Amino acid sequence: MQDQMNYLLAQAAKGRMSRREFMGRASALGVSAALAGSMLATAARAQAPVKGGTLRAGMQGGESTNTLDPALAASEVPFMVNMTWGEMLVDVAPDNTIDLRIAEEISSNADATEWKFKIRAGVEFHNGQTLTAEDVIATLRRHTDEKSQSGALGIVQGISEMTAEGDMVTLKLASGNADLPYLMADYHLVIQPGGGVDNPAAGIGAGAYKVVANEPGVRHTFERHANYWDAARIGHADSVEILVINDNTARTAALQSGQIHMMNRVDPKIVELLTGVPGVSIQKAAGRGHYVFIMHVDTAPFDNKDLRMALKLAINRQEMVEKILGGYGSVGNDFPINSAYPFFDDSIPQREYDAAKAAEHYKASGHDGSPIILRTAAGAFPGAVEAAQLFQQSAQAAGIPLEVKLEPDDGYWSDVWNVQPFCASYWGGRPVQDQMYSTAYLSTADWNDTKFKNPQFDEILIKARAELDPVKRKEEYSQLAHILRDEGGLILPMFNDFVEARREEVGGWIVDPNGELMNGKALVKCWVTA
Amino acid sequence: MHPVIKLVTQRIALGLLLLLAVSVVIFVGTEALPGDVASAILGQSATPEALANLRDSLGLNEPPLTRYLAWMGGLLTGDLGTALTNGQDIGQAIAQRMGNTLFLAVCAAAISVPLAILLGLVAARYAGRWPDKVISGITLSTISLPEFVAGYFVIYLLTQVFPVFQPVAMIFPGMTFWAKLHAVALPVIVLVLVVLAHMMRMTRAAILNVMQSAYIETAELKGLSPMAVIWRHALPNAVAPIISVVVINLAYLVVGVVVVEVVFSYNALGKYLVDHVAKRDLPVVQAVGMIFAAIYIGLNIVADVVSIVANPRLRHPK
Repeated sequence: MQDQMNYLLAQAAKGRMSRREFMGRASALGVSAALAGSMLATAARAQAPVKGGTLRAGMQGGESTNTLDPALAASEVPFMVNMTWGEMLVDVAPDNTIDLRIAEEISSNADATEWKFKIRAGVEFHNGQTLTAEDVIATLRRHTDEKSQSGALGIVQGISEMTAEGDMVTLKLASGNADLPYLMADYHLVIQPGGGVDNPAAGIGAGAYKVVANEPGVRHTFERHANYWDAARIGHADSVEILVINDNTARTAALQSGQIHMMNRVDPKIVELLTGVPGVSIQKAAGRGHYVFIMHVDTAPFDNKDLRMALKLAINRQEMVEKILGGYGSVGNDFPINSAYPFFDDSIPQREYDAAKAAEHYKASGHDGSPIILRTAAGAFPGAVEAAQLFQQSAQAAGIPLEVKLEPDDGYWSDVWNVQPFCASYWGGRPVQDQMYSTAYLSTADWNDTKFKNPQFDEILIKARAELDPVKRKEEYSQLAHILRDEGGLILPMFNDFVEARREEVGGWIVDPNGELMNGKALVKCWVTA
Repeated sequence: MHPVIKLVTQRIALGLLLLLAVSVVIFVGTEALPGDVASAILGQSATPEALANLRDSLGLNEPPLTRYLAWMGGLLTGDLGTALTNGQDIGQAIAQRMGNTLFLAVCAAAISVPLAILLGLVAARYAGRWPDKVISGITLSTISLPEFVAGYFVIYLLTQVFPVFQPVAMIFPGMTFWAKLHAVALPVIVLVLVVLAHMMRMTRAAILNVMQSAYIETAELKGLSPMAVIWRHALPNAVAPIISVVVINLAYLVVGVVVVEVVFSYNALGKYLVDHVAKRDLPVVQAVGMIFAAIYIGLNIVADVVSIVANPRLRHPK
């Protein structure tokens, strides 16, 4: 009943339901009229943004090695920091549409090879400079540069020509891409004055908050940017802070004692304990991130399709979601797409644990019975060691000699992942299908961590990328999913939810599947009532 | 030359030699770490081009000996260089965190050293009787508790059950002295619990050892009270071993408290070092490693010198 009541309150407060209708439905749930009336008043008050105050987030995922250079952001705190002081051309909205930020209008030609972005007039950087189309070009150019160390290099590489004319930025692509606006929402592509070429880590952007103190691995503090272009709608608190609290217990205790207002990465094991704590509420969002076991399809014994299929059938997905994610997630189907993506085909049958069929495929593979080594580390993803052990047990029940080898966290991403033929890993997900597939499953992809090279797959992917007809595009993505699911080296047992927590004095929280803490915008979009 | 001065000079020279050896070990050790800086900085999402570019711009393609000599040269002229990962000046970053490390260590020492010596004296005075057993029992239990368990326990007790302190102990320039003290209260409590037993037991043992001597018997026979005997006659003669164990604990409070720093998110040197080890930021790891080694060796020299000076036989040789 609690859930239904909350739903009704939200609907009524947003004006999607009349007061009369709300009272009627609430009484159907057995809530007295007086109580329902006062609940409605509270909910309505909670919806109106409150200006002022200080909003604090306590986060895991920051190190003293972090920098303000947006090109080099690779962990959670730098991501959130970029999202707080920076503004991109566009954001991806929680409902997966494009939220126009610095770009005011976007248009493309018929085959999606030429894109025009109209730059909003009167957007001001923190240093008082007005943002121009040249700044946008300079920013993109810095990330595209051969010498660039940017994490967005792979994203902007497809741009063959960029020009600025007045307030119009024109990007020409080597091949058509219907999703280009989604790529421009990448968190590395913060627009900086002059592209940030002179001083990439200056922290000067056009976002809602200015950097005040930057103490990597400790805290980041910001104050409101007085001339922010969208100040009427977002940027409510006078100042916001990120405290880096990597320790789970300390972060949770800080939330409970009110030292912080919100935190990321609540340990699934303690969600139930935290649910009963007064003043604290758990927020979860079903995202696109997923935990995987990856096989190199070009290395024996994983070059054998039957052996790959045997392993795919020998993993108990449901059990993993329950035991590793504590129920905060959903089962995967060996392709990296779920219902959070547009054009997702939900008619593809779910692969289940089937020891008998796995044993058949294993026999058909003609494998010599020597141990198959699965490498894992505590840092591969939360619960990676336990997940590998569950996999080992369910595979052994099917007669597959799977063996788990524990690797140190230190150096895992340089010495094991993308090097060893079978290991545990994770992906953060991308806003659109094309980007996910192009990042890791195209033959030429930089991070093709399963060494998957399939000409037919590549061809359909490139075709779908420039396809503007949604029906055809959905069909093409469905074909890709089928190919990868049956032929690929990816074992994808589960998609993980973002599990976070906030105090009740935080208003304006929106469930966003795109990233942690409202896709990094929680400090910018929320407000504090007390 | 006076033998004391000779001994002290010898100790200092040995210390410097040791430091040089440590510098080689640190350098070789950091070189031998698996993985490299570039891939550690860029993480899972590094493209091969970005990796090659970064490796080149960080100068990782130079031979190790060249880099060692350049580093030693910088170290001797006080230039610690810049961090590879975020380009911050290492000297400045360390200076601020060093201040925080010392603040925590001094707070913990200011409480634990007098308390440990006092408890040691009481325990020696009532050796074998109930006050001795209670003091030993409690301090030995707290030292047996791993630091993070003690940390979580005080977080639970003093922020949740009795919300008097805050669990996250960050301190910043601009905070008042009292605000800083309030912020570090929990880590100080944990550190006091951890170091108390060692110093207390050593004080007790040293005093009891001296209590066997003939001059103590004389003091007792001339009618002094037991506490006065300990204070005036036993303690001055037991001071050398007590000082040396106190100094070892001080060194621990400066260089060995990274677990406590992590549990309370305290922004000091230990956490700074660990973060940079994880990212293979060698200049920072080497600089902090050398500073820790210098503090450890320096404090041990102080302990040696104090025990030499406190020993009349060494002070007045025949």
